[in-house]
Amino acid sequence: MHELPVTQGMLSIALEHATEAGAHKITAINLVIGEMSGIVDDSIQFYFDFISKGTLAEGASLNFERIPARFRCHSCNIDFSPPEGRWVCPECDEWSVDIVAGREFYVDSIEVE
Amino acid sequence: MKIPIVENILSANDRLAEENARLLAAEDVLAVNVMASPGAGKTSLIVHTIEALRHRARIGVIEGDVASRVDADTIEALGVPVVQINTGGTCHLDANMVHGSLDQLPLAELDLLLIENVGNLICPTDFALGERIKVMISSIPEGDDKPYKYPAMFAAVQGIVINKIDLLPYVEFDLESFRKLVTGLNSGVQVFEVSCKTGEGIPAWADWLASAIAEMDA
Repeated sequence: MHELPVTQGMLSIALEHATEAGAHKITAINLVIGEMSGIVDDSIQFYFDFISKGTLAEGASLNFERIPARFRCHSCNIDFSPPEGRWVCPECDEWSVDIVAGREFYVDSIEVE
Repeated sequence: MKIPIVENILSANDRLAEENARLLAAEDVLAVNVMASPGAGKTSLIVHTIEALRHRARIGVIEGDVASRVDADTIEALGVPVVQINTGGTCHLDANMVHGSLDQLPLAELDLLLIENVGNLICPTDFALGERIKVMISSIPEGDDKPYKYPAMFAAVQGIVINKIDLLPYVEFDLESFRKLVTGLNSGVQVFEVSCKTGEGIPAWADWLASAIAEMDA
């Protein structure tokens, strides 16, 4: 996995916005991560503790909002969570979908002082 | 104080990928990001593609590997311009690595740039390179359940090459249910059944790329 570049990306976004706002400390970074993005929270925290040292974000807490995968059926238009190992619409038994949630991967906001 | 941001974590990569896409479009080069697990046949497919298209298109290759030049040497032997990227442990190519390689290729003399990503079905999905087309190879011995495990990859591509179909008699692989899974997840995707061993199916795949090149020139 690529948690290091992800952590670097996240840190630089947070620092850029904090600096713009004239903040002297970032206390929290709020992330929205879809289930399908395959990012491991613990690894991000591990890298973050290491690379944020000496920056405005040192000691900030990382809050992960996890979004479960949701599919939308093309036939009957309902949203559903993909059942394990069997992908069909629970309503009509068809299988033709759009992925409507689960691929989120962004910095939602930061909390600063 | 809370500052709302809502910015993609990999936005720096996305911006560089857009820059790569502009450079490639300016020279009318169709860039194709070829993704697959290790051993699915990425280099073999690229070799067959070169052989099938070399009289119709001028082709260049970027080879992404964690280490070694083995694949680049294979391509170079065909007389095609190739740049090897060694990622040194990183599990995917990113836009910055590709950006550095574009300078080393004669873009003005190319119609098609095949970019072989690092063998991995997870990470390459997240990193845009500036390609116009994403394709993946899924090979018969890997099994027909791969879409369940890597849905983001199967949903992200415009083309899926099912490689090693010569092994169908020997391996349990339900081609029909695999097709149903992937087209249900990705309704516009083109699926090609090929064998890099026998050459079966290569012409249809090559024709698809050739028409994408023609569309770029139009």
